[in-house]
Amino acid sequence: MSGVVMAGVAGPGRPRRLLPVVEIVVLVAMVAAPFVLSGRPELVTLATNILILSILAISFELCWGYSGIMTFGQALFFGVPAYVIALVGRDLEFSHIWGTLPLAMAVGLLLSSLFAAFLLLGRKTPTPIFIALGTLTGSYAAERLVSGWQYVGAGNGLSSIKLLQAGEYEFVEGTAFFFLAFGCLAAVYIGCRFLTRSQFGLVLAGIRQNEERLAFFGYRVQLYKAIVFSLAGMIAGLAGALYSYHQGFIGPGNMGPGLSTMAVIYCLFGGAGTLIGPVIGTTAIEALSYVLADIDLVKRFWPVILGLVLLLVVAFQPSGLLGLVVSARERIGSYRWRPRGGNPTGG
Amino acid sequence: MALLDVSGVGKTFGALRALDGVNLQVQQGSFHGLIGPNGSGKSTLLKAIAGAHFASSGSITFAGRNITTAPPHERARHGMSLKFQITAVLPELSVYDNVLLALQAGQAVWSLARSATRRAAHPDVMRSLERFRLAGRADDLAGELSHGEQQWLEIAMALARAPKLLLLDEPTAGMSPQERRATGELLAPIRQSCALLIVEHDLDFIKDICDTLTVLDQGQVVASGPTQQVQDDERVREAYLG
Repeated sequence: MSGVVMAGVAGPGRPRRLLPVVEIVVLVAMVAAPFVLSGRPELVTLATNILILSILAISFELCWGYSGIMTFGQALFFGVPAYVIALVGRDLEFSHIWGTLPLAMAVGLLLSSLFAAFLLLGRKTPTPIFIALGTLTGSYAAERLVSGWQYVGAGNGLSSIKLLQAGEYEFVEGTAFFFLAFGCLAAVYIGCRFLTRSQFGLVLAGIRQNEERLAFFGYRVQLYKAIVFSLAGMIAGLAGALYSYHQGFIGPGNMGPGLSTMAVIYCLFGGAGTLIGPVIGTTAIEALSYVLADIDLVKRFWPVILGLVLLLVVAFQPSGLLGLVVSARERIGSYRWRPRGGNPTGG
Repeated sequence: MALLDVSGVGKTFGALRALDGVNLQVQQGSFHGLIGPNGSGKSTLLKAIAGAHFASSGSITFAGRNITTAPPHERARHGMSLKFQITAVLPELSVYDNVLLALQAGQAVWSLARSATRRAAHPDVMRSLERFRLAGRADDLAGELSHGEQQWLEIAMALARAPKLLLLDEPTAGMSPQERRATGELLAPIRQSCALLIVEHDLDFIKDICDTLTVLDQGQVVASGPTQQVQDDERVREAYLG
């Protein structure tokens, strides 16, 4: 591998393999968090929430950062599975971890597959606007539907959701739930990293740059997009289930455009095109929101301050926070096979 | 039977008739040139053959299959390959990965997800890069190559899967005379395995490498046949060669 570094991103002479360092730093911080915060249970709850929302952000990142699918409805695949497991808990009194988490993933997968078939696998190649509006409409319609449906709690949502169980053990807010969420995030992260660094990931990188070119190579571009969109829905479903168990509540807003937009912002803020970027973005935004909301001077208009910060990042740092330290070349990586003992590559 | 048989193809864009009853045949192993003045319909015809847009009338048969309304990926899988007029390498990927991507287009999704073919593809990728004098730049980003090198890379990508027919849209545009000569030398050996349909403005280049020629003017075929015969055709001299 040549030592070329994209000018203006990482800067000449800077080591290129910074991404693994960032990943390790984030990993260590996550593992240490519940111990460091042990005297502040509300912060452990916040940290758990961040982990869960990071899973949602990664699901959006797969669509946008890796495949160029602009979905404005990712919360739909988060909220519907969350409602399903809440109803299973209420009506069937079942909340076993090995049953309900896979169920939520299956519901997310099924729902997103249906959307993928409709939005992506038609005879004509869909435009980005069609996909963005299609997903946004789905998310909005679902939010309106449950807001008026008494069986699912209407505007009040479903509260007092049955606790998640593993045998006799019940997961309540705190360190145990933190590590459950951490385990799920780690599994999702490793799985997505494997996929995006595989030859399949190379196809996605090509699609992102010039999908017409790939179609002329012989790739069924829309099929690849549909697969990624469906997998992203499955991951969002897992996040939704964890969220509802952790909060003990799920409401219409958890499947609407508001949360869908937050998923977009998490990624853009952290840096699209990597998996760690959305985790960093989610952490930064949620932590900043928490801090600002607690300061008397700004507590009434902190969302405005947060909005301004986000605008500044999107306008002046399009590659997000991660782009400050990791070069574009490293984010994209290399998919080349190298013999054992050769210079390993791949981000 | 011809490898490619274009029969009575027409293409309209609103009121504009870009192609009108075009007939064209490309035989296996032949290099066929497509020439004509600007706006004569050359690129439109090439795109209709490749599937970038569909013919409004007529039919296109390739390797015995009617592909008139087949999407581009199906045509590619049957052995047709296209090099765009405007260079369309993937600038943020390495030169190596550009060729690898082209080479693996026929693999199953599951096989790609497991990276099952990465190792096996390596010798073919390097061979292709060496053939097009790009092996030394394998790890550079495609966007960092010179214009001529990007053209070669795109031809290397188009040939990666050993197509039966290669469609080239102005492959030497923007090249220096040395690069044009080198391009001719690089293309010559593929004749054994692949036919070529080439749109080009450089007549000397066309005359050097093509056995047969079709001349288009205002969306219609003016003449078609062996290169020398077409060159001597009075109508061609009048319409194009001057």
